[in-house]
Amino acid sequence: MTLISIEDLSVRYGAKTVLRHVGLSVEPGEIVTIVGPNGSGKTSLFRAIIGATEPAAGQIKIKPGIRIGYVPQRLHVDPTLPITVERFMRLAGRVRRQDCATALDAAGVPDLLKRQMSQLSVGQFQRVLLARALINRPEILLLDEATQGLDQPGSAAFYRQIETVRAETGCAVLMISHELHVVMSASDRVVCLNGHVCCEGTPAVVASAPEYRALFGSGTGGALALYRHDHDHDHMHGNEAAE
Amino acid sequence: MLDDFMTRATLAGVGVAFAAAPLGCFVVWRRMAYFGDATAHAAMLGVALSLAMQISIAVGTVMVALAMAVSVNLLTWRGYAMDTVLGVLAHSALAFGLVAVSFLSGIRIDLMAYLFGDILAVSRADLLVIWGGAALVVALIASRWSALLTATLNEELAYAGGLDPRREQVILTLCMAVTVAVAIKVVGVLLIAAMLIIPAAAARNLARTPEAMAMIAAAIGGASAAAGLRAAYVFDAPAGPSIVCVAALLFAALGLVSWRNHRGT
Repeated sequence: MTLISIEDLSVRYGAKTVLRHVGLSVEPGEIVTIVGPNGSGKTSLFRAIIGATEPAAGQIKIKPGIRIGYVPQRLHVDPTLPITVERFMRLAGRVRRQDCATALDAAGVPDLLKRQMSQLSVGQFQRVLLARALINRPEILLLDEATQGLDQPGSAAFYRQIETVRAETGCAVLMISHELHVVMSASDRVVCLNGHVCCEGTPAVVASAPEYRALFGSGTGGALALYRHDHDHDHMHGNEAAE
Repeated sequence: MLDDFMTRATLAGVGVAFAAAPLGCFVVWRRMAYFGDATAHAAMLGVALSLAMQISIAVGTVMVALAMAVSVNLLTWRGYAMDTVLGVLAHSALAFGLVAVSFLSGIRIDLMAYLFGDILAVSRADLLVIWGGAALVVALIASRWSALLTATLNEELAYAGGLDPRREQVILTLCMAVTVAVAIKVVGVLLIAAMLIIPAAAARNLARTPEAMAMIAAAIGGASAAAGLRAAYVFDAPAGPSIVCVAALLFAALGLVSWRNHRGT
């Protein structure tokens, strides 16, 4: 059964339309990556899926009773808030300590239970977020730019971890990323977003699609290509400004 | 036992400290300190309206504090900056309250009692209101503890977990209104924010978990109330400000100890 199915979704903030007629579906066990430049509506799409933003039009159907594991883009723990990793993980609901340890293992960071969240490195922090998302044995993981702040080897390792998790638990993964070169190889399907779905398909198909090249350039330099497109992409943006 | 005014005063102070501790932690974590201040200032208008309409001061202040919170939310949604909105509303409400009180002829009002509290005049009925309100606040926060913490940590995390952060915000706002209403007699509108923030901030140095921080804050607040009252009696000082002074000294002492420990090790 399809886990998430989105039809004709539009999202507006005031007069600004950030998403137009977006369609997307995620099947059990598949890894789908959403790529797109800044301001392309990636995060708005996620917010709509988790119910943080009301759609202006369209439908989001989510499998009833689905368990979602959510890894936010960044989570700022205020320095005034003392909280251990264990306590943080047990916020997810009725969770046993054993499950916390297992989830930390699966996320590749055992032995952090007693540490203060504020004392973790960026990499450890992201993996604790991943562990927290895994703790209720999710059917789908949602990752919003989960590797922000990690260096390239760090984020490559993080995505390998995601693949391992998928292989072991069979959960589907829907993620947002701008690190195309790293993500592409791990994804079953890539959706290129820029206010609407520009193109989608297997990584190879998307990488050679003209719409994708218009957005990200033809280079395979990944991050470099992204920076380049920030300066030269006109694709769709003229349209948006007109609204 | 309740015949002694010092006993009643101590019980009142400790009651307020218990309600203020867990709420104060959220005020500190969510950086709502100015919001607490604003709600407290608005309570002055509540006092004036209560006296004019001859209703209970607790009821009047809760109503005005809630109206204040709703206005703050509506105005910030319309795009005003939070601190501007709070500054406008808090001080307007305080000013209107003070002016309104001056128009109330026939009733002799000791303004100082509402600005700085009148804890030594706490009656048995006041005690009932204070402990009833404190119990309500503690029960509300305890029952929603995990949800409140999750919403405080990250809005999206809360939504993904099936919670509505706006609902948690409303609960905190409600607790704030009730706490202000019960604290007004004890420390007055100008010092309520101190009872929220100082014990929680002092407890931060000792706590490793959010729960521990709330409990230590309650202990610090309770101790401040008891010791502050004692000091006020001994030195013949105003009671409400004395309580806040003791809390501030505890904050400084704990901060110093934690600073030395961090440096020493």
